[in-house]
Amino acid sequence: MIWELLGAHAPALLLAIPMLGAFATPLLGRIGRTPRNLWILVITALTFVTSVVLAAEVYTTGPVIYTFGAMDPALALAGDSGGIPVRIIFNVDAMSAFMAVFASFVGMIAAVFSLPSGKMESGRDGYFALLLLLLVGILGMVCTGDLFNFFVFLEINSLAGAALVAYRIDKGVAVEAGMKYAFLSTLAGLLVLFAVGLLYGQYDSLNIAVIAGRMQFGFLDKVALALLLTGLAMKAGAVPMHFWTPDTYSMAPSAITAFLVVASQASLYGVFRVAFSLYGLTLNYVTVGWFIIILGVLSMFVGVSMAIPQKDVKRLMAYHAVSQTGYMLLGVGVGLAVLGDPAMMESFGLTAMEGGIFHIVNHAMYKGLLFLTAGAIFYQTGTRNLNKLGGLGHSMKWTMLFFVIGALAIAGIPPFNGFASKLMIYESVFAFNPALSIIAMVVSILTLASFVKVFHAIFMGPKQERYAEVKEVPAPMLAAMAILALLTVLMGIFPQQIVDIVISPAAGALVDQGSYIASVMGGL
Amino acid sequence: MALIETLYTGFGAWNPIIWLVSLVVALVIAWLIRSRGESARPTGAEAGKPYLSGNDAPSPEETHVGASNLYWGFTDALKGYYGRVVPLHTGILTDYVLWFIGVLALVIVMAGVL
Repeated sequence: MIWELLGAHAPALLLAIPMLGAFATPLLGRIGRTPRNLWILVITALTFVTSVVLAAEVYTTGPVIYTFGAMDPALALAGDSGGIPVRIIFNVDAMSAFMAVFASFVGMIAAVFSLPSGKMESGRDGYFALLLLLLVGILGMVCTGDLFNFFVFLEINSLAGAALVAYRIDKGVAVEAGMKYAFLSTLAGLLVLFAVGLLYGQYDSLNIAVIAGRMQFGFLDKVALALLLTGLAMKAGAVPMHFWTPDTYSMAPSAITAFLVVASQASLYGVFRVAFSLYGLTLNYVTVGWFIIILGVLSMFVGVSMAIPQKDVKRLMAYHAVSQTGYMLLGVGVGLAVLGDPAMMESFGLTAMEGGIFHIVNHAMYKGLLFLTAGAIFYQTGTRNLNKLGGLGHSMKWTMLFFVIGALAIAGIPPFNGFASKLMIYESVFAFNPALSIIAMVVSILTLASFVKVFHAIFMGPKQERYAEVKEVPAPMLAAMAILALLTVLMGIFPQQIVDIVISPAAGALVDQGSYIASVMGGL
Repeated sequence: MALIETLYTGFGAWNPIIWLVSLVVALVIAWLIRSRGESARPTGAEAGKPYLSGNDAPSPEETHVGASNLYWGFTDALKGYYGRVVPLHTGILTDYVLWFIGVLALVIVMAGVL
C-alpha cells in the first residue's frame, strides 16, 4: 500500500517530504537536539528513497508525468483543459531522474556530516531547515516541466543557499559572501523570469514541452535564449561569471559547500534543458554549442590556473569546482554543436555528452568528498590557511586517505571515477577538435599538481606542536566521507555499467526533444 | 555480463582490471620494502640528532615547506598571465555584475538578436 502510494505520487512526494521536513525542523528542535537530528536523517533518507523509486520507474517504463491538481496525475491533457496542459506538470525523464537521485544523495550526506561538525554552533534548527529547503529547490528545478515553476524553485535554491553561506555570522566575510551570492542569484533569477515572460507572451503557455513544440526562434525567442543561457551559466559558475564561487564556497560551512556544488549543477542542468529540450534544433546549435564549449574551456583553464596560487584550501577547491564545471560544459557543448548532424552525433557527439553528464555525478561525489575533508581539517585545526597547516597525516589518517581518493579522482587518475568520465570527454572531443582535448588533458595535469601541493601542505611533514592535540574527526563525519570515497572508487571500477544503466538514457533523453514534447502532449 | 566491464569511448577502451592488478602489485612491493626495514627504531636520546654544522635542529613547524613555497617557479614563469587574470578577481560585486552584463551582451549578439 505504502509502496504503491509512493510509486504513484513519487514526483510530488519528492518535494513534499523535504518541504514538510524543513518547516517541521524548528518544531522538532524545540523538543531536543537528538529528535531533531533523527528527524533530519529520516527526512533526507526518505527523500533519497523516493528519488530512487522515481528513477527506477523512469528507467524501466519511460518518462513520468505528474500533473498537480488533476484527477489523474498522469494525465497532462485533462478533459477540462481544452487540449492544453494548463496545470503545473512535472516531467521527469531519465536526465531529471539522474539529477534527482544524486542531488538527494548528496543532500543526505551533507546532513550526516553536518550533525557533529556544527554541534557547538547555534541556530542549527534554521541551518537544517534551510538545508532541506535547498534540497527542495534543487529537486524542483530538475523535475519540473513548467518554466515559471522552474523560476520559483531557482529562487528557493538561491535564497536558501545564500542564507546558508552566511550561516556563520560571527565572520563578517561570510555575510558578505552570502550577500554577493544573493544579489547575483537574484539578478540571474530576474533574467530567467523576464525570459519566461517573453516566452509566455509568445506562446500562451508556461509548459516547456508546449513552448518547445511551438518554438519559432523569432526575435523574442532569441532574447529569451540569451537571458536564460547567461543567467543559468552564471549560477553554474562558468567563467567569466565565476567570481562569486570562490567567495561563496570558501565561506560556507563545508557540508553546505559540498551541497552548493550540486545546486550549481542544477543550474547547469537548466542550461542543458533550455538548449536541448526547449529550443532544440530550432536554435543555431553550432553557434550556441561553440558558446558553451568556449565557456567550458575558459572555465577549465582559468579555474585551475587560479587554484594553483591559492593559500586558502576551500578557495582553492572552489576554483577547481569552476574548472571541473568546464569539463561538463565542454562535453555537452560538443554534443550541442553537432546536434543537427546524425553521423557526427553517432560518431562522437553522444559520447561527449555522456562524458559530460557522467562528469556531473562524478564531480558531485569527489568534489563533495574534498570539501568534506576540508571541513574536517577546519573542524580540528580552526584554519583553512595552507601555510599554517602541516603534519596532519600523523593524526588524521582516515581524512588523509579520503583526501587522496578525492584528489586522485579530480585529477583524472585511474581507477577513480574522474578518470572514466574524463577519458570519454578526451577521446570524443578529440574527434571534434583535437586542440580542445589537449587543453582538457593539460588542465588535468595542472589539477594534479595543485592537489599535490594541498596534500603536502596539509598532511606531510613532521607532526607539529600546535596540532599536538588534533585527532580524527567524529564517526558521523568520517562515515559521510567514507561513503563518498567508496562511491568515488566504485564508480571508477564499474564505469561501463553506470554509463549503460544511467548515463546513456539521460543523454538520450536530453537529445530526444520529440519524446520530451510527446510525453506531455501525447503525440499531439 | 562481466562484473568489471570495459569502458568503451567510441575510439578507445579502458578496463579497470589492469589498473587494479597494478595497484595491488605496487602495494605488495611497498609492503615488502617496508617489511625489510628496522622494526625496532631507536627513539628518544638513543635516536640521536641530525648534525647541522653545529646548529640546533629547527622545530617541526620551521622544517615544513609551506604551500606558498611550492610552484613559485610556475607562477613566476606565467607572471604575464597571472598579472592580468588575478587583478580581475577584485572581490567587488559591481565588477562581477559588469562581467555578467558583458557576457549577456555577447550572447545577445551570438544568438542573432542583433
